[in-house]
Amino acid sequence: YSSSDISDHISVTVRDALNQALDEELERDERVFLLGEEVAQYDGAYKVSRGLWKKYGDKRIIDTPITEMGFAGIAVGAAMAGLRPICEFMTFNFSMQAIDQVINSAAKTYYMSAGLQPVPIVFRGPNGASAGVAAQHSQCFAAWYGHCPGLKVVSPWSAEDAKGLLKSAIRDDNPVVFLENELMYGVPFEMSEEAQSKDFLLPIGKAKIERQGNHVTLVSHSRMVSLCLDAAAVLAKEGIECEVINMRTIRPLDAEAIETSVMKTNHLITVEGGWPQFGVGAEILARIMEGPAFNFLDAPAVRVTGVDIPMPYAKILEDNSIPQIKDIIFSVKKTLNV
Amino acid sequence: MVNIFAYFIRYPNSVRSKILGCDLHRLDEGPSVQTVLTREDGLRYYRTMQTMRRMELKADQLYKQKIIRGFCHLYDGQEACAVGIEAGISPTDHLITAYRSHGYTYTRGVSVKEIMAELTGRSGGVAKGKGGSMHMYAKNFYGGNGIVGAQVPLGAGVALACQYQGKNEVCVTLYGDGAANQGQIFESFNMAALWKLPCIFICENNKYGMGTSVERASASTDYYKRGDYIPGLRVDGMDVLSVREATRFAADYCRSGKGPILMELQTYRYHGHSMSDPGVSYRTREEIQEIRSKSDPITMLKDCMISRNMASLEEIKDIDATVRKEIEEAAQFATSDPEPPLEDLCKHIFYNDAPLEVRGTHPWMRLKSIS
Repeated sequence: YSSSDISDHISVTVRDALNQALDEELERDERVFLLGEEVAQYDGAYKVSRGLWKKYGDKRIIDTPITEMGFAGIAVGAAMAGLRPICEFMTFNFSMQAIDQVINSAAKTYYMSAGLQPVPIVFRGPNGASAGVAAQHSQCFAAWYGHCPGLKVVSPWSAEDAKGLLKSAIRDDNPVVFLENELMYGVPFEMSEEAQSKDFLLPIGKAKIERQGNHVTLVSHSRMVSLCLDAAAVLAKEGIECEVINMRTIRPLDAEAIETSVMKTNHLITVEGGWPQFGVGAEILARIMEGPAFNFLDAPAVRVTGVDIPMPYAKILEDNSIPQIKDIIFSVKKTLNV
Repeated sequence: MVNIFAYFIRYPNSVRSKILGCDLHRLDEGPSVQTVLTREDGLRYYRTMQTMRRMELKADQLYKQKIIRGFCHLYDGQEACAVGIEAGISPTDHLITAYRSHGYTYTRGVSVKEIMAELTGRSGGVAKGKGGSMHMYAKNFYGGNGIVGAQVPLGAGVALACQYQGKNEVCVTLYGDGAANQGQIFESFNMAALWKLPCIFICENNKYGMGTSVERASASTDYYKRGDYIPGLRVDGMDVLSVREATRFAADYCRSGKGPILMELQTYRYHGHSMSDPGVSYRTREEIQEIRSKSDPITMLKDCMISRNMASLEEIKDIDATVRKEIEEAAQFATSDPEPPLEDLCKHIFYNDAPLEVRGTHPWMRLKSIS
């Protein structure tokens, strides 16, 4: 998924892009440190923090016991007292144990203190469905965290997203929930020379149009962006041009980018891996209803989502629990009435 | 009104005072049982405790008049804890507590005026009316926290920052007998001990977690031992000097790099758990009266100073009058200061950020959030 001139581009996996971001920000600001389970001597459960402990040592890269509520609270306290912690959850499923610290101690404090107490912290880790890890390890938390004022919630897709957004998240003076995706870690992307620089930042709160099109707007985040682009490639052969928007940020949501696109294409489909009820797609559709783009819709906007069930284990069941390319294609054709 | 006779009475500058020894856990020696009380310190502790007492009683009054709303957890009876702790650390050290926090907000430097105006939800409040009783902050004071036990990992995190930044500061992390059974507290003990964080964990045991006595809540009520591998001491929390000495001891311990330490302060609250709890369904009025007459921290300090000729009754009465006046003025301010303007509604969502749009109660209400 590259663009433009590739002579100065190199291929970088999402994992390596995240690693670079962490390395660069640790080097740049000595108040930044990483804590979480297996982040140091194990090089990271998913190897995202590979090499960092060797380079920065015990003070900056801290292995924690398996006590999420405790170490998330410790991270928030450290942020209150002047440091800039990156708190890793091995997966966001485990963040449920610590969710009180994320919401009540981190997200709400700047407001409750009327600006006396900022909390510059990043909570990061893999989110959403993986492969064969079953119900307790496959939940998507985009909607849960996206619900709460005081948090910024970021969901990168590409290597460039991962690097630029993680750097911005670390430099942000507010609590940021950074939702990665395990299945994307190993996926390589072309990174431009600009993206390779140590000062490469992407703004939080701005979506990106990954593919231009005139017939229908597909809005997605994280791994589902890949599926949208794949579906778009298939549909293009039939003369249907999809505009694919990569949200990049869940909260604050870039409603304007979506509205502008819908006003051009007149059709909207949201695609997410999470459950349908009260989800990311539900929010987008509500906003379109309430905003200027509604009058431009030629058909009701719809959502493509994960099936409303706990994630099963058997491969055939798991495959049919999350959106597939054929589901997106089917939904596009239904919406366009073709 | 100045008592000119005071100039003619010679007071000792300081006296040696004997305090109760502490029960120790995994410690060979504890704080000294001998301490020196200077006249200056004594008067200051008295005045501070009296201010806290009167402030809480005024809050009681305002709550009953419905000028203070929501939650109001009063600290009267426990003054020696906050004052003794503050006397044992320095302003560059850090402190965090739970929701019974008005006293600590004061000892950590916020004026009575700003505390009361926060309770009444006015713009002159320390958190501009956005926080209320449980969410007041100051430099090196991290609140005021509403979720039982959540402040303990936060405090351990502040201690981590102290260690990381190498400035020889400690963090005092308070919790109650009710919170003492929270899992996250044990998680904090583990990490604090593992990483030798300069954290003084303090359990303010006032015998009741809301309406549940310690015997009905805890399999072990030896809260000073609950840190297991963390050394602990049990202290008379009604005596400001005992608390001070124990805190000094604990702070020295932490500053020497030995890791965390745990203190249990045995204390008592006169009010119920909060203003919605009369506080007599789970304990007897006799019990409350007994503590008031025999162990009141302010009375005990006053008696000590007068009996040792360190202050005159006149002087004490003068202080009382000054305090009463200060509280009245603060209450005046707190009831007359305007509520925060509606423009403040969406302020302070994010720090150091561009203004952002906030959705109001309906789609046509577009509000703006500024840092």
